[in-house]
Amino acid sequence: MKAEIAGPGSSSRAQRTFTLSGRLLEALHIDGPLLLAVLAVCVAGLVVLFSAAGEDLGVFLRQAARVGLALGVLLLVAQIPPRILRAASPWLYALGVLLLVAVALVGDVAMGAQRWLDLGVIRFQPSEIMKIAVPLACAWLVHDRPLPPDFRTLVALAVAILVPVLLIAEQPDLGTSLLVAAGGGLVVLLAGLQLRYMLGIGALLAGAVPVLWHFLHDYQRQRVLTFLNPQDDPLGAGYHTIQSQIAIGSGGLFGKGYMNGSQAQLEFLPERSTDFIFAVIGEEWGLVGLGVLIALYLLVIARGLYIAAQGQDTFSRLVAGALTLTFGVYVFVNSGMVAGLLPVVGVPLPLVSYGGTSMVTLMAGFGILMSIHSRRKLVAT
Amino acid sequence: MARSVRLKDHWAEKRLFGRRVIAAVLVILLLVGALFSRLFYLQVVKHEYFSDLSQGNRIRIEPVPPSRGLILDRNGEPLALNRPAYQLELVREQTPDLEDTLARLVQIGLLPAEDLDRTRRTIQARRRFDAVPIRLQLSEEELARFAVNRPDFPGVEVRPRLTRFYPKGGTGVHAIGYVGSISEQDQERIDVPNYAGTTLIGKLGVERAFEDELHGQTGHQQLLVNAQGRRVDRVGLSTPQLQRREPIAGNDLYLAVDARVQQVAEEALAGQRAAVVAIDPRNGDIIAFVSTPTFDPNGFARGLTYAEYNALSTDIDVPLYDRALRGVYPPGSTIKPLVAFAALQQGVIEPQERKFCRGAFQLPGSSHRYRDWKKSGHGSVDMHMAIAVSCDVYFYSVSADMGIDRMHESLSLFGLGQKTGIDIAGERNGLLPSTAWKRGAFKKREAQVWFPGETVIAGIGQGYMLATPLQLAHATATVAMRGQRFSPRLVRRIRDSQTGEIRDLPPVALPSVPVKDPAHWDIIIGGMVGVTNDPWGTARRSQTGAPYKIAGKTGTAQVFSVGQSEKYNEADVAERMRDHALFVAFAPADDPQLAVAVVVENGRSGSGTAAPIARKVFDAYLLPPDGTAAPVATPPPAAGVEE
Repeated sequence: MKAEIAGPGSSSRAQRTFTLSGRLLEALHIDGPLLLAVLAVCVAGLVVLFSAAGEDLGVFLRQAARVGLALGVLLLVAQIPPRILRAASPWLYALGVLLLVAVALVGDVAMGAQRWLDLGVIRFQPSEIMKIAVPLACAWLVHDRPLPPDFRTLVALAVAILVPVLLIAEQPDLGTSLLVAAGGGLVVLLAGLQLRYMLGIGALLAGAVPVLWHFLHDYQRQRVLTFLNPQDDPLGAGYHTIQSQIAIGSGGLFGKGYMNGSQAQLEFLPERSTDFIFAVIGEEWGLVGLGVLIALYLLVIARGLYIAAQGQDTFSRLVAGALTLTFGVYVFVNSGMVAGLLPVVGVPLPLVSYGGTSMVTLMAGFGILMSIHSRRKLVAT
Repeated sequence: MARSVRLKDHWAEKRLFGRRVIAAVLVILLLVGALFSRLFYLQVVKHEYFSDLSQGNRIRIEPVPPSRGLILDRNGEPLALNRPAYQLELVREQTPDLEDTLARLVQIGLLPAEDLDRTRRTIQARRRFDAVPIRLQLSEEELARFAVNRPDFPGVEVRPRLTRFYPKGGTGVHAIGYVGSISEQDQERIDVPNYAGTTLIGKLGVERAFEDELHGQTGHQQLLVNAQGRRVDRVGLSTPQLQRREPIAGNDLYLAVDARVQQVAEEALAGQRAAVVAIDPRNGDIIAFVSTPTFDPNGFARGLTYAEYNALSTDIDVPLYDRALRGVYPPGSTIKPLVAFAALQQGVIEPQERKFCRGAFQLPGSSHRYRDWKKSGHGSVDMHMAIAVSCDVYFYSVSADMGIDRMHESLSLFGLGQKTGIDIAGERNGLLPSTAWKRGAFKKREAQVWFPGETVIAGIGQGYMLATPLQLAHATATVAMRGQRFSPRLVRRIRDSQTGEIRDLPPVALPSVPVKDPAHWDIIIGGMVGVTNDPWGTARRSQTGAPYKIAGKTGTAQVFSVGQSEKYNEADVAERMRDHALFVAFAPADDPQLAVAVVVENGRSGSGTAAPIARKVFDAYLLPPDGTAAPVATPPPAAGVEE
């Protein structure tokens, strides 16, 4: 494409190509820097995955296809103007809650949890929709009210967040319910939740811990206990944590080299291509590799927050800010759990872990960011 | 910040948002800082430690299996012990090519070819890093053969382990059970990490039912292993600290069973397909629990080859079948004392009331003749006499008057048709028929009708009625205790391996059998004493020479079908069509210490075949071991019981 529009001078040709692709991106409502950062993470992920999956080309190609599909979703979502998104927010949220209820009633049970809804052709997890629908709905709730939100608004927000979170936690899917709660909670924080409320909610949560403990499933409790003392059960629940720390620690500063991680390649490390892929990077690429990866993630987050700060109305700012920060929570929860800072919850490393469901949701979120950013001048007039 | 008028102020909101974003950035930096500190700690500070764990010499966490609890008889005689053996183990993770390795093990004769499939499945059911036993006991010669070939078999190792040993072989095998390799199915009922180093698991009987007590807690130790997965002892600067947690041994079980009595009963039954259950009526202790033929459980701990197992499981005498627990037989005439008791409770008849037996019975308005076992008839009999001579006509008549549902109601109080609650699994219900049962048991409407004739034969323990030897012994014990009932139990005490403390398990009392008039017990117990003591009693020979008084009841049960689909020759068929011989009894009659039920398949005669066996069991338990000097405190003659 670019070659066909080549001009006479080489320097002006380069310039023209640059401006032209810039225009193309603009026409497609795509934000170049964000796309580049996201693509960089995806490519790094694919490279690591090839090694983590034991040089399985099939796994690599399937994941590459998923990245492609998810980018398509990103492109589609970017075409939706924020005001339409805003108008659709409550409906999307209502649909999500309905589907969650449907899952609770008729969903398929896979691996001991009721998360899937079978629509004949495809099976999907309605909880994924909520990762986007909850922040949208929360932003919609506060967008035409004065900020910081008053008490009545806060109650409405709490209900809007807790209903889907509890439905998802019940499935049981602790990881996703945590992320959905984070998505909604971050909107509330960004909307300017006052310090006294923060302290109040913090106290409430601290008080709720024993109650929550009571409602956790046995395996979830086991995970928390194991986190507190993995050596207690080195052959059972503590096995993951111990092996992932050995993998990371033995990687050292520069790592053992690509496809040379003995922990990963000799299958000491469980779930190495999914939830624990962070440890594979640590083993094969060392602290330097992890540093680069985290830097890439920070680039994505920085661009996202920049877009949020540039947002020209409350709704856009809150949505962009919350989606970006949720992405950050994702990264931190996964890496924290693999490094032994947090208990093991089923949260994949975003854009890197093998698996398609969360990838599509994440890309849709980036699509929303791009849609917001690319239309800010139109809104300004 | 509080404002009196709340209007939307876009600039203020934008500034507020900006401040929040800055706060978020600070939090992110904080978290990234925490993450990096953690990574720095793992990858730089502790790098060498983790490096040692992973590269070159890797650490393997090896489970240390606990030693299994012992099983002892009531006097402390060992029935199941542990003893060292060499076993062959395979770690899938360290085996480059599993198929090839197994094939070569077959080639050098360390793995029977017919076990290949089963071994492969067992290996695949376990985790990749577990050491899976593929041969449980190697002979000296096999050990040497493997030692020579060892370099060709990475991931395969010989390891000394404790294995199960049953010093008395087949004695009490159906009660004790046995242990065998952990199979795919077993995986589902165990706490997998706690069995990481365990080879054997209880498969049957007490070994299975008390698995949790016997197994103990697995310990673990860290081992240094080299790239081939072999253990190495390393001396150097950065020798990592190796942790070890000691296992906790399983608890020892003291059975209620008396090994001596058990052996006497087994010898008495030798060569027969039979069962004996002997219960202490005062607490439900099972003194002997015999099902013959027996088999040697040591083979299972050693690992039977496919052919050996096949031979055992297709044997026409089904030694693996636990006849005492799971064999259901028509109780025959042994049910009569209970039917008599039922008739008294239901007010159908008085003890002194006489019936005249002409050798057959007819229902009113029917021409069918129900024959007595004695063609010429017993003449005029009261209840005592009816039990003592086992008069069928008397019980035909009483049952017809009582009706099946009232009979069901009274007999079920003795635990017939239900599980007795014995402390091992697999017990059968037997069958105590009623009109309600028949309605539920048959599909066709016409088959659901209860016929009066079926009530008549139920009165002598024939027809639909079925009971296990365990149930018969339990019911007899209940009679001996005049209605007081205890769940039969094989395990009596548990010795804690940590503290050495011995805990007595309390007897499990069941609801007592209510009685209208306690004298009713005297009537039926008197009848049972008559069976063995009256000059016309059906089993008077079994009392001869015994210094204690036996109360018993003989029975024969018709065989209505030959076993399952076994292969048999014609001589066998003829032998297998004979009546089953039964005898239930307790002694001493006035101070019951033991209740016994004997069932001999195709043994023909309750008095001729079954009763002498019961006598041997009583002698073994009630008389001093040597049997010669007999300073037995001969029970005083039972005053109120005899006429």
